[in-house]
Amino acid sequence: MADVTDQTFEAEVMKSTVPVLVDFWAVWCTPCQIQGPIVEDVATTLGDKVKVVKLNVDENPVYAQKFGIMSIPTMMIFKNGAVAKQFIGVTSKDVLVGELTKLM
Amino acid sequence: MIYDVIIIGSGPAGYTAALYTSRAFLKTVVLAGFEPGGQLTTTTEVDNFPGFPEGVLGPKLVTDMKSQVERFGAEIKQEAVTAVEKEDVFTVKTAGTTYQAKTVIVATGASAMYLGLPSEEKLRGKGVSGCATCDGFFFKGKVVVVVGGGDTAMEEATFLTKFSPKVTVIHRRDEFRASAIMLDRARKDPRISFLTNKIIEEILGETEVTGVRIRDTKTNEVIDYPTQGVFLAIGHKPSTGFLNGLVDLDPKGYVKVQRTMSPLDPQTATNVPGLFAAGDCVDPRYRQAIVAAGQGCMAAMDAEKYLESHGS
Repeated sequence: MADVTDQTFEAEVMKSTVPVLVDFWAVWCTPCQIQGPIVEDVATTLGDKVKVVKLNVDENPVYAQKFGIMSIPTMMIFKNGAVAKQFIGVTSKDVLVGELTKLM
Repeated sequence: MIYDVIIIGSGPAGYTAALYTSRAFLKTVVLAGFEPGGQLTTTTEVDNFPGFPEGVLGPKLVTDMKSQVERFGAEIKQEAVTAVEKEDVFTVKTAGTTYQAKTVIVATGASAMYLGLPSEEKLRGKGVSGCATCDGFFFKGKVVVVVGGGDTAMEEATFLTKFSPKVTVIHRRDEFRASAIMLDRARKDPRISFLTNKIIEEILGETEVTGVRIRDTKTNEVIDYPTQGVFLAIGHKPSTGFLNGLVDLDPKGYVKVQRTMSPLDPQTATNVPGLFAAGDCVDPRYRQAIVAAGQGCMAAMDAEKYLESHGS
């Protein structure tokens, strides 16, 4: 699963032509270690109909702040450069796949 | 395939049970749930688990328990159980799979409670948090409050001083359930102050937390106390909802185990033959990793004995 950074966020997420799921995470966040494999699983299930990326909030403070992230894991789905949906806390594969499928 | 033992939960109770059953050559699967590792994964330093003279990080302790279990061949699945049924054998359902076993050990622990205010729900993730180790980072230079009076509250308050210049512990009584050492550490920290006999009536703010409305339980005086973050540490409730209808629970949701005074009886047995329970899901009193581990061992030995006498 690809990493996005403060430098690549605009091009990879905001300008994407398909819906993008962004997993905001950090190394020291244990629930994030649980979320990581779930998000990978979502990526495998949905293939190239969506984009699934992660952003390390520790190394990339600009976009984490811009979207007001104050709790992780947070997942956001972007469509056409706007936030379409937000999930706070560990979120199951079924829920994420369901929401992404609606936006495809 | 029919397992000898299905263990539901992956904290110290679940992993200790799995260690004993797999070492006894019982075919074991651990269903680890949505929060693998349990409450230890959101703690920091654990100083009261024997065998670690310098202390040990909670996540490290439970990850090592997992590795130890894997050495003896137990399967570990990252799946959360939705239902348990019993006919001849136990059927345990997760979102995608159904497992069968001759015995079940419930070691699902407990999860953090919230206050139950609509304003809290609205501002969760926007200043309201249940996990200081996860979210403290976002409160660099901001003033925060910690709600609660137990060890978790003291630990979170102490941890948050890494980021926050001013941490206020708000507690609804003037006595603390926290252990003396944890309370003392927090009290000695000049960045931590205490407000006691105060109840949170509302969390204030529209798009992010700006304060809390607190009422004094003695004078009934209500004030708005400014803060940018609210960390909740008001206790835990047992994660036993999925057992309803099959297993006897007490009014608070803890699994009822026999706990008879006869040392020859299985202490972790429930009203359902072959189903045993251990750890924080049965224990409203001690709630320690070491106690959960001990009970996990007891449940494993009870299950082993049960299998011997019921033909395994």
